Amino acid sequence: MARMLEVEGLSARYGHVEALRLVDLHVDDGELVAVLGPNGAGKSTLMRALLGLVPTEGRVRFCGADVPRRNPVAAAACGLILVPEGRGIFGPMTVADNLELGAYLLKGNRAEFTRRLERVLALFPRLKERLPQVSGSLSGGEQQMLAIGRALMAEPKILLLDEPSLGLAPRIIEEILEKLGELNRGGLPIILVEQKAPLALKLARRAYLMSIGSIAAEIDPRTIKSQDELTHFYLG
Amino acid sequence: MNSLTSIWAKRSANPALLAVWGLAAALVIYVLVRGGYLMSVVQIAAIYTIFVTGLNIFMGYTGQVSFGHSAFAAVSGYTSAVLTATYGWGPLPAAILGLAAVLLCALVIGYPTLRLRGHYLAMATLAIGLIAYDVAVEWGSVTQGYMGISGIPPLSIGRFTITSDRGVLLLLIVFAALGAVASAGIRNSRLGRAFVAIAGSENAARALGIDVARYKLVAFMISAFYAGVAGSLFVHAVGFVSPEVFGLHMVVLAFTMLYIGGIGTFTGPALGALIVTLLPETFRKFNEYQDLAYGAVLILILIYAPGGIASLPRLLSSMTRRKPA
Repeated sequence: MARMLEVEGLSARYGHVEALRLVDLHVDDGELVAVLGPNGAGKSTLMRALLGLVPTEGRVRFCGADVPRRNPVAAAACGLILVPEGRGIFGPMTVADNLELGAYLLKGNRAEFTRRLERVLALFPRLKERLPQVSGSLSGGEQQMLAIGRALMAEPKILLLDEPSLGLAPRIIEEILEKLGELNRGGLPIILVEQKAPLALKLARRAYLMSIGSIAAEIDPRTIKSQDELTHFYLG
Repeated sequence: MNSLTSIWAKRSANPALLAVWGLAAALVIYVLVRGGYLMSVVQIAAIYTIFVTGLNIFMGYTGQVSFGHSAFAAVSGYTSAVLTATYGWGPLPAAILGLAAVLLCALVIGYPTLRLRGHYLAMATLAIGLIAYDVAVEWGSVTQGYMGISGIPPLSIGRFTITSDRGVLLLLIVFAALGAVASAGIRNSRLGRAFVAIAGSENAARALGIDVARYKLVAFMISAFYAGVAGSLFVHAVGFVSPEVFGLHMVVLAFTMLYIGGIGTFTGPALGALIVTLLPETFRKFNEYQDLAYGAVLILILIYAPGGIASLPRLLSSMTRRKPA
């Protein structure tokens, strides 16, 4: 399987605080990789560092080429698309405007835009009913669907999701994870950052466990048989 | 044009907003017919509409803050004034040169300044306004300091000169309307959506491939251009310019108009400019209590319509919906 994303010695700092330390990881084509870890482990910083939203050292290779440092626009143009923690939807805008912004780099190719929009609305039919609605007035689950839909409008080569289950009801989380599984089965590589490890491990082919800014272990979810084993990975 | 037509269709469907606009239009028609002192007041309101519409693009759509846009009005206003009154240029070429100078200044100032955010950006832009004011005062050989420049010719294109107050007001209204339509067009374009995305979350915008630094600079330059147009129009409409015109008072007034009218809305700048310029005239009969009444009304508007006058129709319709059947 071709290597899609390769990260070597990635470090990041917030002022004097080292938030990421020499992180190595990879994602192969079509893989869904989970990044797990407790609060403050550096999972969200890793996502931001992959995109160049924070100053970094180290190397990020994507589709065989180096991703330019501190240039999120170039990273997005490469196809590295992030659904940020807290969804990052633009509340005062309508659902339609948010989705249109997802295809921002398309620059006016209406036929392609329509194709992408139809695909997103087929995946999340609830968004179709909400197109003219101000997105800030959507429910949490619908906002998460919109955030994922907006990212899909960019036609990502790899989708990075930062805590998509945050603040959602269990039924909605299941629905969203089901959609992510569907996308992944369709061939889209995904990095899924989650605190709810059992949920992520249901979907993931591999998982990285993070602790205090670095990768503590690489896990094969098939080898985790019980909650105790998972706790053992978390607590050592 | 489709998007503009749809905006208008959406707006015009709201009877409360139509009523507000109807009142504004009736007032302008009344002033055009009656003439007199009120004509000058509405002229100033039209000039401020242009200035505040530009400020709304930078502050309302893009979510940034600037206390320094008076500097851009000063650059183009003084360029127009000096070139026409001192060197005998025609108002149109002088205004065009003034606007080119404004765009250059905005580019040079905006590039380093827009790296700052929030209060730091506010302080930096405030400093720009103060520097422009000081230059206008101290560069006496060109600006004639506190004395100001008088004898600035009225607006003219070729041999056609607008001399009557009605003509000037009509021209200013045309400029203000063009500015508002252009602002609505920007808001509903790809560029405008990028501005609003930046206001929402700079990191989320970056993650979608939006070049935040570049778009902030573009918004800054567009709003500076509006300020420049307002500055040039002011000096030709009034025939006089002094540093006080573009001082801190202008910034405070523009901010008041923006928030009273409705920041981030299409119609807010025009409504805010009209209300804030007309209110003091309305309260003149209150004599020494005039400022008190003026301030009280502004506070009441901000308390009961925090989104500004432009948000009143939405507020009214939500109140009507809440009423039990």
